[in-house]
Amino acid sequence: MIGIRQRILPQPGFSLVLWIIWILAHESLAPDTLLIGAGAALFLPALTHHFWPEALRVRRWGKLIKFLLIFVYDIIVANIQVAQLVLGPSEKLRPAFLEVPITLTNPLVISILSAVISLAPGTVAANLSGDRRTLLVHILHTEDTEGSIERIKERYEAPLKEIFQ
Amino acid sequence: MIAEIIISALILIGVTFSFIGSLGLVKLRDFYMRVHVPTKATTLGIGSLLIASTIFFTIHRGTPAVHEILIVLFLFMTAPVSAHMLMKAGLHERLKDVNGEVEEKLGS
Repeated sequence: MIGIRQRILPQPGFSLVLWIIWILAHESLAPDTLLIGAGAALFLPALTHHFWPEALRVRRWGKLIKFLLIFVYDIIVANIQVAQLVLGPSEKLRPAFLEVPITLTNPLVISILSAVISLAPGTVAANLSGDRRTLLVHILHTEDTEGSIERIKERYEAPLKEIFQ
Repeated sequence: MIAEIIISALILIGVTFSFIGSLGLVKLRDFYMRVHVPTKATTLGIGSLLIASTIFFTIHRGTPAVHEILIVLFLFMTAPVSAHMLMKAGLHERLKDVNGEVEEKLGS
């Protein structure tokens, strides 16, 4: 039996985010905006929650905030590095495919990891193996393949694992 | 006055990074390398343009402008997905990389 809370509010966090996005999109706090937004925020998750594999629970909020700050810093550094690489002589670039072994199991966390990798310095997630154990990552420039794999595991996979699993 | 200087600086930064992003598409030598540029150089480029826009409209209208936050949010959600799909498509089309080799490590 599904509880009444499960039926009406399967994903409270998702509903809240939808509501905030609705209010931001209308740039107003008028009662009608708030009401219609609340309606959409309740209706959409109830309609789509069958598509979600399982709810994701944040275990350590402090770590999440720290991770986000590191991530924003990394994005800025990534942009400057990639800009330098693009402006420099392109013959010197050593692109490579990295096979990163991953120990995360939740499919949603794996997609967060690949999104983070794609936004971070000089790397794009290219493919996930059928058994979800290896992530193929393309790197724009590397001199040390093993080191780059270690860096990705340490900097992004380990904190994600602590936050969600 | 100070706001105008900040806005101009942000717009210049944004334009520079967007330009480098476009330049990368011309300059880099294989498909896999070119995919990197739109996800990187343009996130900061468009990011600073949007921050400039937020400051400008907040000052001019007197109410906080928040649409730009949504644009950044959607940009950061969609850019990695499209880059990933392009990479995947490239791998399945067996495109040659810069050394003329086809990547065999599909990881499966």
